[in-house]
Amino acid sequence: MSENLQAEIKRICQSCGNDRTRMMDIVRAVQEKFGQVSGEAMNHIAKCISCRRVEVEGVVSFYAFLSKKPRGKVVIRLCNDVVDKMQGVDAVAEEFKKQLNIDFGQTTPDGKITLEYTPCIGMCDQAPAALINDEVITYLSTDKVKQIIAELKQHYEPAKLKHRLGDGNNAHELVHSCVHNGIRKKGMVIFTEYKHEAGLKNALAISSVEVINEVKTTRLRGRGGAGFPTGIKWQFTRAAAGEKKFILCNADEGEPGTFKDRVILTECADMLFEGMTIAGYAIGAEMGILYLRAEYNYLRKLLEKVLQERRDKNLLGKNILGKKGFNFDITIQMGAGAYICGEETALISSCEGSRGDPKTRPPFPAQKGYLGYPTAVNNVETLCCVTRILEMGAAWFAEIGSAGSPGTKLLSICGDCKLPGVYELPFGIKVKDLLKEVGAEDAQAVLIGGPSGQIIGSNDYNRTISYDDLATGGAVVVFGPERDIIEIAAWYMEFFVEEGCGYCTPCRVGNVLLKRNLDKILAGYGEPEDLDILQELGESIKITSRCGLGQTSPNPVLTTLKNFRKIYESRVKKAADGMQPMFDIRKALGDAESIAHRNSVIFTPLEKTANSNFRERSEVL
Amino acid sequence: MYRCRETVFKGKNGNEIFIKKTIFKTYYIRTPKILVCGYIGVGVKMSDQITFTIDGIEVKGKADQTILQAADEAGIYIPRLCYHPELVPHGSCRICTVLVNGKPQTACTQPIAEGMTVENDTQELKEHRRNLIDMLFIEGNHFCMFCEKSGNCELQAMAYRLGILSPKYPYLYPKKDVDSTHPDIFLDLDRCILCGRCVEASRDVDGKGVFEFAGRSIEKKITVNAEAYLKDTDLAVTDKAADVCPVGTINKKRTAFAVPIGKRLYDKKPIGSEIEERKK
Repeated sequence: MSENLQAEIKRICQSCGNDRTRMMDIVRAVQEKFGQVSGEAMNHIAKCISCRRVEVEGVVSFYAFLSKKPRGKVVIRLCNDVVDKMQGVDAVAEEFKKQLNIDFGQTTPDGKITLEYTPCIGMCDQAPAALINDEVITYLSTDKVKQIIAELKQHYEPAKLKHRLGDGNNAHELVHSCVHNGIRKKGMVIFTEYKHEAGLKNALAISSVEVINEVKTTRLRGRGGAGFPTGIKWQFTRAAAGEKKFILCNADEGEPGTFKDRVILTECADMLFEGMTIAGYAIGAEMGILYLRAEYNYLRKLLEKVLQERRDKNLLGKNILGKKGFNFDITIQMGAGAYICGEETALISSCEGSRGDPKTRPPFPAQKGYLGYPTAVNNVETLCCVTRILEMGAAWFAEIGSAGSPGTKLLSICGDCKLPGVYELPFGIKVKDLLKEVGAEDAQAVLIGGPSGQIIGSNDYNRTISYDDLATGGAVVVFGPERDIIEIAAWYMEFFVEEGCGYCTPCRVGNVLLKRNLDKILAGYGEPEDLDILQELGESIKITSRCGLGQTSPNPVLTTLKNFRKIYESRVKKAADGMQPMFDIRKALGDAESIAHRNSVIFTPLEKTANSNFRERSEVL
Repeated sequence: MYRCRETVFKGKNGNEIFIKKTIFKTYYIRTPKILVCGYIGVGVKMSDQITFTIDGIEVKGKADQTILQAADEAGIYIPRLCYHPELVPHGSCRICTVLVNGKPQTACTQPIAEGMTVENDTQELKEHRRNLIDMLFIEGNHFCMFCEKSGNCELQAMAYRLGILSPKYPYLYPKKDVDSTHPDIFLDLDRCILCGRCVEASRDVDGKGVFEFAGRSIEKKITVNAEAYLKDTDLAVTDKAADVCPVGTINKKRTAFAVPIGKRLYDKKPIGSEIEERKK
């Protein structure tokens, strides 16, 4: 076994050129082959790619899809996102536990099946959903769980699971997935007929500076959430000194409630790659990388096929479409389960084969990005817009949408609504109209832009989706009248606690404290002071965190505190003795009492002395 | 905010103005809308010296310096923890967060720029810093009264300087490891604040790479370049990595009380005094 391991790792490393920067591909391959990256494997990898073992360990321990301890041949990752919880994932989870006779985080005694939770896998419109190795299974129910486990126990091969096929390319033989696209509304920019390669041809007919100017004229802004002007980003990257330049496409869609890139990658990969090629031409890059989240591995073969077809048509490769000197190609870099890698500098770290830690800014990626070279990182949807802008012209694009936010936006809408799915809508639409469209007019609250965005109430339904008002990377989650807003905030904080990189203090520790404070309120121990603590702590995290994740992570708390203050106030009450109970003392003493065989005497304030001070109570006692 | 090679500062209308110096001593001034090329008047001195303000006090620094470096030279103390003058700034503790033209930045990583205004000693920032120190205390297990680092500990000293007597947040009481397998050094992760100094010192100064981060989020920790134990690494007591720990995580054995409590580094003067004494 040990020799086999060594030989196999040697082969894997060799196939990656023994290149330290391809660590992600190497550890992913080892994980897939052996179900773990053991200490021994780490030693071999370190030797092959000339790095220290502890670097391999640092990477393996960072990503959720990699593990030092052995995992089963089949890994079931049940999505426990907020929307899945709302759609009854708890019953499904219980059924998995019952059928497998193990708890989450455990592997069956025969070492065959591992059961885990995972945050949002981009299937919120068809929740509850799970990943079984690379297979996505949607609309889970307890009956379906029984059937899946029975089938798996026969062959232990998730790819052989019987299921119906989804629409469009989901039914393609290379995808073979039960996911359905859920395109509810087509728009003018992305989900529409377009002239393939017209944009690229137009781009190649003008200079790269003119391409950048064209994009700048439209005032196109990043569709991933941050909203940075694309043209200016490209201009900086182009202007920066560097022998090489890179264009990276961020397909690490992980913001809970977002699944629009999933649909683009399934149906519009050509449009995306065309946009990347145009971007490469504009900034002077010869190489592009599509960073694809591990959860979307089921789309990889299809994307590889599209890339190959483009190479065959000379849409990628050397002297593209006869343009002398314009060489460009695209590779796919797989992620390994880390939300933080959607942050552009963390994404670069991950591509370089490191832990997905964001980098110190400055320098910015446009100055020093991937491997130290000037790099532009763009969202999937942004690059699709680029294709269309170059095809139809800046004026056409600028006409669509609202004044400050030209174009359309893909919104992935889910939660308590009748028609969840992906909607392509012009910027400037009112939340009220949106809710009408999706069949959720009774919504108590709406999450715009995912947990790092804001949770708004009915007072704000007249506001518009745009960069100047309610900005969003695409996630819209609707919460019906029955939902507990504080519980939802606590669930989202749990997500940030799990998914932070842990680099900086405020995000690493502060979010744990926010979560605990919310739990305390939910348990009925909350006091008015707790709301001040939440506010103050949230602001500290916002101001002092190192990257966008941390700076926006307290938003589920801060925006609900602002918009649903009354709910919070109704759930806290002043303690009779003016003291803050931090925990249940009876419960805490339980173990000690059972060992000592006697009960402790605990000071309890008398009911009637609620307003008296400690001295008076002492006298009573 | 994107910076050109030289400097960037806010114009009167709030636009960012980029000033780029060419080898011909010509200056390009570029705002998002206009591009002007020409000489800058005598009034704006564009040599290596950069002038900016910290809390209204004019500070002169050199190009390529960070706010923290320039402030240190000027005798203005910006509280910090993970920063070490001989290592690349890590920017993880966030204690040195200041407001640069109103925007939060860490002073240890942010380069200085002509005309920038830095706010440091404000009530608001002090509160944030206290909160950060509180967080560092409650995420570990810090028993100052029993810790051999007491009096030499930068975390403890910073808490005192900021007026913290006990943290206001509930303790997390995590279970952490102690590794005493190495003949000369022991590692107590209860006290680690994940500043990254040992990681960098061992990698960049000692050329060994004994330490690295493992795990993520609240589970993130320092780990060693071996299957499990420090004894199996090539860490030596003379390494830089053994000297840079700001807290009581990396300790040299048999040296604990060579200097008695009461006569230690921060027993007499608060942390940062040595920098403030530089002020002319």
